[in-house]
Amino acid sequence: MEVVQSHRTSSSNNVTVSTLPLYRSAPPLEVRLEDFELFAMDRLRVLKGISDGLGRGKKPEEMEKLVADLWKANMRHPQANEEANKDIISHFVLRLVYCRTEELRKWFLSMETTLFRYRFRFESSEAQRALMSEFKLPYKAVSNAEFESVKDKLGQVARSMGQTLASADAIFYKVPFEEVPELVAGRRVFICKGHAYVAMNQVVSLVVTQFRSYLSKALILTNRKWTSTVREQEKDRLAPIVEALCTSYLGPDYSQPNEAGEISVKDIDHIAKTSFPLCMRHLFEKVREDHHLKHGGRMQLGLFLKGVGLKLDDALAFWKAEFAPKVSAERFDKEYAYNIRHNYGREGKRTDYTPYSCQKIISSTPGVGDHHGCPYRHFSEENLRAALVRMGVSSRAVEDVMDKVRNRHYQLACTLTFEAVHGSSCDAEWFCGIRRHFQASVGIVKYFALWAVPVPVPAH
Amino acid sequence: MTKEEAENGRDDMAIDGAEQANAVPDGFDANYLRIYYGKLFPHADMFKWMSYGNDGKHPACDRSYFGRREFSFTLENDIYIRFQSFNSVIELENSIKEKCPFKIDIGPVYSVDPAKRHAYAGDNVFTPVERELVFDIDITDYDDVRYCCTGADVCLECWPLMTIAIKVIDAALRDDFGFNHILWVYSGRRGVHCWVCDGKARRLTNEQRTAIADYFRVYKGNENSHKKISLPGPVLHPFLARSYTEVLKGFFEAKLLPNQSLLSSEDRYEKILEMIPDASVASELRGRWQENKRASMSKDDINLVRWDQLKSVLQSGKQKTQGIRRCVEEIVFSFTYPRLDMEVSKHMNHLLKAPFCVHPKTGRVCVPIDPNNCDEFDPTTVPTLSQLVEELNREGLRQDAENEWDRTSLGESIKFFRTTFLQPLLKSCKEDIESSYNAKLQQSKNTLSCRTQSNHLCPNVYSHLFNPVINAVEDQN
Repeated sequence: MEVVQSHRTSSSNNVTVSTLPLYRSAPPLEVRLEDFELFAMDRLRVLKGISDGLGRGKKPEEMEKLVADLWKANMRHPQANEEANKDIISHFVLRLVYCRTEELRKWFLSMETTLFRYRFRFESSEAQRALMSEFKLPYKAVSNAEFESVKDKLGQVARSMGQTLASADAIFYKVPFEEVPELVAGRRVFICKGHAYVAMNQVVSLVVTQFRSYLSKALILTNRKWTSTVREQEKDRLAPIVEALCTSYLGPDYSQPNEAGEISVKDIDHIAKTSFPLCMRHLFEKVREDHHLKHGGRMQLGLFLKGVGLKLDDALAFWKAEFAPKVSAERFDKEYAYNIRHNYGREGKRTDYTPYSCQKIISSTPGVGDHHGCPYRHFSEENLRAALVRMGVSSRAVEDVMDKVRNRHYQLACTLTFEAVHGSSCDAEWFCGIRRHFQASVGIVKYFALWAVPVPVPAH
Repeated sequence: MTKEEAENGRDDMAIDGAEQANAVPDGFDANYLRIYYGKLFPHADMFKWMSYGNDGKHPACDRSYFGRREFSFTLENDIYIRFQSFNSVIELENSIKEKCPFKIDIGPVYSVDPAKRHAYAGDNVFTPVERELVFDIDITDYDDVRYCCTGADVCLECWPLMTIAIKVIDAALRDDFGFNHILWVYSGRRGVHCWVCDGKARRLTNEQRTAIADYFRVYKGNENSHKKISLPGPVLHPFLARSYTEVLKGFFEAKLLPNQSLLSSEDRYEKILEMIPDASVASELRGRWQENKRASMSKDDINLVRWDQLKSVLQSGKQKTQGIRRCVEEIVFSFTYPRLDMEVSKHMNHLLKAPFCVHPKTGRVCVPIDPNNCDEFDPTTVPTLSQLVEELNREGLRQDAENEWDRTSLGESIKFFRTTFLQPLLKSCKEDIESSYNAKLQQSKNTLSCRTQSNHLCPNVYSHLFNPVINAVEDQN
């Protein structure tokens, strides 16, 4: 089997064109046991940093710089082939760590794909073309004749994105639209009869989709192999390291948080006013006002309440009472109770659902009649200001918050609001550390823990 | 249907013409539903459709295919049963006739028979493998832009919003995405459903479905945000531009604007003025309109007059900012562009109501709509359950129990379903089955076949990681 080389020579000019590894196979290297863990931890820092950046809604240019900085800080090595080895080994070790559950696989897949995407963008176009052929994508460049016939439409698409069609001999690839879902979703390509016309600079998307689909399948296979044969074989060598990496603070934490204690129905009213983050406060107010919430809102608020300690019976009582003016008790039991019980893991496949993380809430898409989502992202400026004022935020603080919002730092905006409402100035370093930890973990539940207790200032 | 059952039906109602108006109560009735399932519901057609050619004799037909499709029934008293599956048309028909479901939903085709799902443990073993690409458009999502009705009501003034939604989406599905086998269905009360049945569509992943739904999505707001439609960029994407010039603009200016009186009164025109990002432009128009409560000499509809004024102000050469000129399109889009329920389209396991069901609240049958003639579709004249039963009775008893629907108003819909949708679909399925079979034969002749099953990776991928190839050497220190 071929070992993927990290350098390949371009036949035309004998210059080494470095390409990204595609992680198709584990290389036949000898690795020190301690390097196993160290390499993986370094790569994990890169992935965590990426997760952080995405959660803050960073724009692509910012992400590009972030990825470059993270890679430089954690993965560089003076010798190129040592760097390549570290790259490959750390990836495979983390596959072992993150293959075990659906949630872990989803996270790892998402971060590795993002990492790959931005590293691909750094490569020269020659290197990119070489990588494209590695993936054996059978897409042909559009012929001149065909290009002429669709040139207008291609130009229109480019201008709709604020770009211009590259020079007259721009290369376009014709691919089935299913291969480039991101480009389709953003209407960034011209589609005709099932074919998408992809510009050279969009090729990234093609390649990334392939990378992702490949890695997704590989992770499932890894999991099967690990649980069926390897874990037992490696129980004295790899297994303890893999276990340790799983539980290190660097990984995403999907354990059930139980630290906030319990709350009861009568507490909710008071806590909503003093301690809920704005997104939950808004949902809560709307439930009170409308005696109804659509599905997205019920999920977001319901899981949050569960996460902060509301027991199932109390949750049922709460929703039933809130909906009572519009929904009879019988109808409630028929139409809503099942879903609430489902959230608590008492129905269906009995998954005990965790509350939504900030990242998920920020990237949700509330539609007509919905009130979920992140107000810092989804509210108009006017509505957001009004909401902040109602929370008691001073006008100067409101400006700071709005500034963060304009720069798309939604979680920072939320943090600032917290500080303004609680009037406490926390030690910035310690506070940021907590917040980063929260973002990395289940998210909003631990966030709530931050809100509900007075923030101690560590003794100096 | 037995003679006995038909006679029982007859006994309940007076044959005498004069009393007929009172005899068959309006709307929905469980007894009539039984008759409907007995004589009118097209069981065999539904079976053929859902089999996608696999009920044939060709060796490549997958005999298990139909049995792996999930159906769900909602019975009287809101009892809901999921994961129903059937191995033949007879099983399907008997179950429907016996249980008399108030609603039938169709789910995906799973990897294994849904009835046996508990026998399989682990992630990804019981999983959807095929499902039509579906869309659901509901007129209640347009409540903020129609004044004639709210909630579940629908009338001929606002129904055209559904018509233009059909036109926009249908054209894109065919021209942009290349799909051919598309069925539009009236949902029975206040919306439409779309079933895209090409093989390519059925095999789309959730991610690809989400991408298509996002391609169609323009409306992104709710009452908490102001600007609900944003069309950035100096020009529109060809899909949006075509939708605008061919469907939306004409409809808005000729029908919606005057029929809904969108600019005639202050609270109505304020809603539109709110969408203009430049406050001074908005107040210029506001000033003009507040002064002239009636368009003085003109006989033209005041809405059209004011719209022309708005357009000339916003699109005049004076306007420097991009956003202002684009505002006209944004207003038109926000009122008319289709509003899809994203969640319905994104997931393979989403259940959707079957065509030819009867809506329990209105008694209307969920009949197909012809996208090429959707202007003519009138939801208020769709056959109802009671109407159909009455028609059956009027025709009298017949020995020949076949094709009873042909004697009723349902006949037209079923014939349309067969000729324009089902037959072309089945023809194409047959061709697909045959050609993929031939391709496989060819392939196995050409290569030394290693029999790989469909849910395995290419064998090269990963076999080496855990054998001694990686030798983790103990630290020599």
